[in-house]
Amino acid sequence: MKELSLNILDIVQNSIRAKADEISVGINESADDDLYQIIISDNGIGIPGQILKNVTDPFVTTRTRRKMGLGLSLLKYHAELTGGGLAINSEEGKGTEVNATLSDKHIDRQPLGDIVGVLLILIASNEGINFIYHHKTEKGEYRFSSKETKEYLGVDKFDDRYLLEEIGCMIGENLKEIEASGLDLKERYKKIL
Amino acid sequence: MSKITSLADLKKKREELKSGLDIRVKAIDPENVVQVKVAMATCGIASGAKAIMEFFMEQLDRRNVAAVVTQTGCMGYCYAEPTVEVKLPGQDPVVFGFVDLKRADQIIEKYVKTGELVDGIIPVNYQTIDLKE
Repeated sequence: MKELSLNILDIVQNSIRAKADEISVGINESADDDLYQIIISDNGIGIPGQILKNVTDPFVTTRTRRKMGLGLSLLKYHAELTGGGLAINSEEGKGTEVNATLSDKHIDRQPLGDIVGVLLILIASNEGINFIYHHKTEKGEYRFSSKETKEYLGVDKFDDRYLLEEIGCMIGENLKEIEASGLDLKERYKKIL
Repeated sequence: MSKITSLADLKKKREELKSGLDIRVKAIDPENVVQVKVAMATCGIASGAKAIMEFFMEQLDRRNVAAVVTQTGCMGYCYAEPTVEVKLPGQDPVVFGFVDLKRADQIIEKYVKTGELVDGIIPVNYQTIDLKE
């Protein structure tokens, strides 16, 4: 995976499988502190203690279709490549928090990439889940909640392509405003502007 | 057009669109529309499933195909990622493997629109090594 946003998309799949109805993705970046932190938390079923001990082992998974689980291992690898690390806290029945700490300035720290596209895929295809995205930089912070957005707009789900593109523009504009680094906003704006 | 930076801007834009003809009424019953599931586990994501999902979400709508596009977990066909399961109304689902943008386009134009099969179908009797045990 070439972008941190793809790692995030991957780890969030674990939360979806854990039957979470609220999944939070937080990014905290600070060039001054040389910190790039990604925190993904959910209120799902949690990870059993025995599996939690070895959860970043690529050959540990709860899946039955295959015997490997590479998502957390890959994120840990990317974090460690920059001198950082990965911590996982989980309690059965309460939820899980994955906390990846990376060096912001390290040459091997991947760019964030198309996080807007990742969020749009998640909110469009998981209508029962409230996705909260929080991004903090030295210039400010931005928070998005799919549930609050639905309530504000009076819609049940995000199944309209135009609405999704507009939401993408809104998130992208706000991330540009706080100067989030390594963003790939693609051609998103040209589609509707 | 002014930038959309807040929920208020978003709502305003929605209301502008509503007064035009842009918003389409979508079919609600998933049984009567084309169902597309894109496998979105580590194997799929690493192979480009995100771009394929975005392609289906956008192009099915642009080409006026009533469809529901969702993501799913690993279907066990890691060797053939990105994989996409397509279910036409009243028919059994078909899983296509090694889906790139060109094949995704063929799936819409040939399989979805006319029922003609395209390359890359994963046989229904395919089983992972694990399941054979």
